[in-house]
Amino acid sequence: MSKVIKAIKFEIMSPQDVKKLAVMKVTTSEVYDADAYPVKDGVTDPRLGVVDPGIRCRTCGGRFGECPGHFGYIELAKPVLNVLYLKQIKILLSLTCPECGKLLVDKSKVKTDAERLKAEVPKQCPHCGAKIEKVKFEKPYHFYRGEKQLNPEEIRAHLEKISDEDAHALGLKGGRPEWLVLTLLLVPPITARPSITLETGERSEDDLTHKLVDIVRINQRLAENLEIGAPQFIIEDLWELLQYHVATYFNNELSGVPPARHRSGRPLKTLSQRLKTKEGRFRHNLTGKRVNFSARGVISPDPLISINDIGVPLEVAMTLTIPIKVTSHNIGFLKQLVRDGSDKYPGANYIIRPDGTRKRILPDNKEDLAEELAEGYVVERHLLDGDIVLFNRQPSLHRMSIMAHRVRVMPGKTFRLHLAACPPYNADFDGDEMNLHVPQTAEARAEAEELMLVEKNIRSPRFGGPIIGATQDFISGAYILTKKGSKFSREEAAQILAAAGVYVDLDKDEYEGKELFSMLLPDDLNMEFKAACCQKCSECKKENCEYDAYVVVRNGRLVCGAIDSKAISPFKGLLLDKIDMEYGHEAAREFLDRVTKMCIRALMIRGFTISISDIDLPATIKKEIKKIINKTYKKIDEIIERYHKGEIEPYPGRTVEETREDLIMAELFNAVNEVQEIIKANFKETDAMVMAKTGARGSLQNLTYMAGLVGQEMIRGGRAFRGFKGRTLAHFKREDLGPKAHGFVESSFIKGLDPIEFFFEVMKGREGIMDSSLKTRVSGYLERRLVNALHDLRVDHDWTVRDAAGSIVQFIPGEDGIDPAKSSWGKLTGGA
Amino acid sequence: MTSGKKNKGAEKMNKSGVTADNNKAVLSIRLPKRYEEEISELPPEEQEKLRKRYFEMLYDIGEAIGMVAAHSISEPATQTTLRAYHAEGRVQLVTTKGLPRLIEIFDARKVPSTPSMTIYLDEEHNNKEAARKIAAEIRETNLEQIMKEDSLNLMEMKVEIVLDENKLAEINMTAEDVVRVLKKNLRNVDVKVEDKNKISLESKKGEVNLRDLQAIRIKARTIHIKGIKGITQVIVEKDGDDWIIRTLGTNLKKVLIMDGIDPRRTKSNHIFEVMKVLGVEAARNLIVEETLKTLREQGVDTDERHVMLIADIMTFSGVVKPIGRYGIAGEKASVLAKANFEETIKHLTNAAAKGEVDDLKSIFANVIVGNLPPIGTGMFRLGLKEDGE
Repeated sequence: MSKVIKAIKFEIMSPQDVKKLAVMKVTTSEVYDADAYPVKDGVTDPRLGVVDPGIRCRTCGGRFGECPGHFGYIELAKPVLNVLYLKQIKILLSLTCPECGKLLVDKSKVKTDAERLKAEVPKQCPHCGAKIEKVKFEKPYHFYRGEKQLNPEEIRAHLEKISDEDAHALGLKGGRPEWLVLTLLLVPPITARPSITLETGERSEDDLTHKLVDIVRINQRLAENLEIGAPQFIIEDLWELLQYHVATYFNNELSGVPPARHRSGRPLKTLSQRLKTKEGRFRHNLTGKRVNFSARGVISPDPLISINDIGVPLEVAMTLTIPIKVTSHNIGFLKQLVRDGSDKYPGANYIIRPDGTRKRILPDNKEDLAEELAEGYVVERHLLDGDIVLFNRQPSLHRMSIMAHRVRVMPGKTFRLHLAACPPYNADFDGDEMNLHVPQTAEARAEAEELMLVEKNIRSPRFGGPIIGATQDFISGAYILTKKGSKFSREEAAQILAAAGVYVDLDKDEYEGKELFSMLLPDDLNMEFKAACCQKCSECKKENCEYDAYVVVRNGRLVCGAIDSKAISPFKGLLLDKIDMEYGHEAAREFLDRVTKMCIRALMIRGFTISISDIDLPATIKKEIKKIINKTYKKIDEIIERYHKGEIEPYPGRTVEETREDLIMAELFNAVNEVQEIIKANFKETDAMVMAKTGARGSLQNLTYMAGLVGQEMIRGGRAFRGFKGRTLAHFKREDLGPKAHGFVESSFIKGLDPIEFFFEVMKGREGIMDSSLKTRVSGYLERRLVNALHDLRVDHDWTVRDAAGSIVQFIPGEDGIDPAKSSWGKLTGGA
Repeated sequence: MTSGKKNKGAEKMNKSGVTADNNKAVLSIRLPKRYEEEISELPPEEQEKLRKRYFEMLYDIGEAIGMVAAHSISEPATQTTLRAYHAEGRVQLVTTKGLPRLIEIFDARKVPSTPSMTIYLDEEHNNKEAARKIAAEIRETNLEQIMKEDSLNLMEMKVEIVLDENKLAEINMTAEDVVRVLKKNLRNVDVKVEDKNKISLESKKGEVNLRDLQAIRIKARTIHIKGIKGITQVIVEKDGDDWIIRTLGTNLKKVLIMDGIDPRRTKSNHIFEVMKVLGVEAARNLIVEETLKTLREQGVDTDERHVMLIADIMTFSGVVKPIGRYGIAGEKASVLAKANFEETIKHLTNAAAKGEVDDLKSIFANVIVGNLPPIGTGMFRLGLKEDGE
């Protein structure tokens, strides 16, 4: 980097600046002549730059891609207002004397633009005594003094009289006031408005070119009419038209101005429209940039690789490259890569000579290039196992949405991702695609490895707990492996341990699951906590827990308790948190790599499935559930009766109707809860139940839906009421307030829903979809605002939190200086 | 097992420039008070470990603390509810919750959509009866709420109002009291007690037509009889050992000086009101508290430090400023950062008119021009000693 931009100054351009910057004056509105060559002195004059390959610039001699383009200018026959500065013009005109140009008001009273626009003006100039008339602004760009309309020439004459000092006092510091009225118009280079050639060979000009042609054309006519001394009204009409074209050239969305349109009727995209909005220059091209050395593809799971790894398809590995400088140490290796060329893996695609020329490695020249290779050359070689790459999934909601992985080149066409690394990306494998980027410099690779590697991001800075961890089958497997009485034969134990990469001599015939799991734990680990399958007894029996839900690890041995989501899952895993905290990220990664493999192996040995019989309840219990439902219906009938008699006393702040609904819903929820209790008590430890209670997947509520009943469908925060007049569906009587008529589903998923119940279920589903789509938009905007307000805040060298201007926002970051990303749930002593 | 962290921790410099393996120096430094208290009861070697750990846990210089905070709020915001569902069957006030409440807080709305107070009582009044009584005092009551009916007596050209006995008792007032209040508020109207609970309003102007009479009737209905203006609902609740009054509508200024309440614990969720009454630091704390409450209600676990940073940037100028276009994001020093956010053209033309300079201190400005942003590792340069091996 030889030149670095240090600052950017924003100013108003003077006519002198325009002339200095421009290389030519545009005088003709013709664009192409009969032979389709650009017309000299037209808006596509070749002196303004080159857009076609093979042609040299008439001004600088540069080729396409080298020549940045050059400006031209249009000399306007009559001055026009710059519509971007109407506010400033209004302020200057109304607060200065048209005769002497001096300030009419007290400087101290016009400090902000808001004050300036509201300031009271005296009737007489305090300096020269001239009579002052009020200046009025009328949309879109007309000014009146009293009743008389001011033309841009008069406005310019007035602005010329204002001294620099007074202009400063009125907030204009970026240039002379008269520069706000344009006399010369800068014509941007054609590189900024290239014409595109369609397949038909037809040329299609950029919107800006169209607009410039309009301006030049009207300007010419105005000049001619002035020359021949045409009548005043013709001049004024043309002048007004010129003002319109210049105005829309700057901003085609001015209120009160019909937008200039393309032949097809589409409004033109002029200067302001190019910069504005999400698709504009700023947000689309300047803060978001397109990159090379990237790949995108479908992801699929691979539990057998490390969480740090990313499985890269061979084809991708042979396309993406890393530049390696040739040194005396690696010249042999790199020569071999070049010799192997781009078609063989591992090979190389390009060499770069010390003079900077790039040479593609082709089958014909690979031997020659390999011979040519010497120190100082750079070889762009294929990706190799162990290279550091960045992996990203949109929406990138937090910094863990892009992490560094180590490459593992694999056959197949998908990127392979470890399942434990999914939660931070919020990825699943139902067709998700992700992006891969290859850092090209040593600094970038070092930073990626040190700061962004998956293992360094196990702990989320949001809450200070693990965000990477075992989920779903890993949790079921961990429970199956470590639950009380879980034993494995020597052969099984050998398989489980080998899967986890633990190779020890096994001298016993039978191993407890807890023993096997303990082999992954550090030898000096000690901790106690309650597992997710804890039944929340009123008095905890700790080690003697009958559910084996109290986990005790003593000196690296799992003494009691089953391992489940509370130990090793993301967001909750206490064991994982402890290992990461005490033994480091690398140890945590290793633990997770091993534990996941061990768990699925245990699961494979034991077998894991659910079936209808897991969920179906015996007839006696079904009868019991029916009884509860009937009992609830009776209670609700009573409530409705009381309501009709007007006996319901409303809750404070609520209407009688709302209170009635509250009462009914309380009964309905009560019924569902009762059923849930029955199910909880009567379910044996089936695999479905294991998943629910260990936190692997599903919940007791899901089981209740399947076995018991679905319950009340909440729509808009209450029971369903909308639909027909006085009823939700034509199947009910009007004003029926009963449960079934308003979305209570008494069937279970096993029994199946009747059509009416199904209808309410779908209503709820639709609401959910509507809600979440609206929510993503609303919270997306909240994120953008928060980021824009907070992005400059950093911990400075003196350990204060400062913004870009250097103002101190916090004296000690987070009041105690603890980074949640390095703490255990934000606490020094740890624990959730 | 390897322990990469331990080695690195030992090499790392903490803020006072002592290496962490220089145990004596580190152990002699006092931790923030709450941590000293927390570890004081632990055995010495445990204490020593935690002291060392404290220095390992500190923020790194250059950490993009603002970005992390913004992400920590907005990433879980997708998981929160959009609409305020109230818990079924309980007597409670319906307040804004979830994402709408978050947006309301960060927008620094002048008036929240559901202003609410939580009033604690002093020791003497911390019981159900006293709480009920105070609640009745506080609640804004107008004539309409305490009357059974009002009618026009066309014979005598007057308005007759029948008051509700029970309601009067509830607010501890008699018909005479009501008349006194009405007299104060209605000019040119003669207010009299007719019967026990019946009062009449008569115009003092001689000639009265029906329209005037109707106007008096309408006006009288809205007259504020008792309580504090703005407080539309009150609910007395037990919260742990305390009896508390929850209200819909706020008026801190009046409530804080009432007898029987505990002004130190009484809260309002109205950020601007709190700023006006208790100052900007109280408002800052309220932003933290309300944001955390809103997030926790939704089951979102976000560290309070992130929320504190957002509250600090909203208030460090001395007044509460919103996060968006008309607040912090719109008042940044960097022209390019502002133009990148919203109102691109406005910011660029204003900058040109004022001759502003963007000195490229902002992250976005550096991204826009293609420089390395001065944050994180961008704050440092890597040097290489030529004579090194």
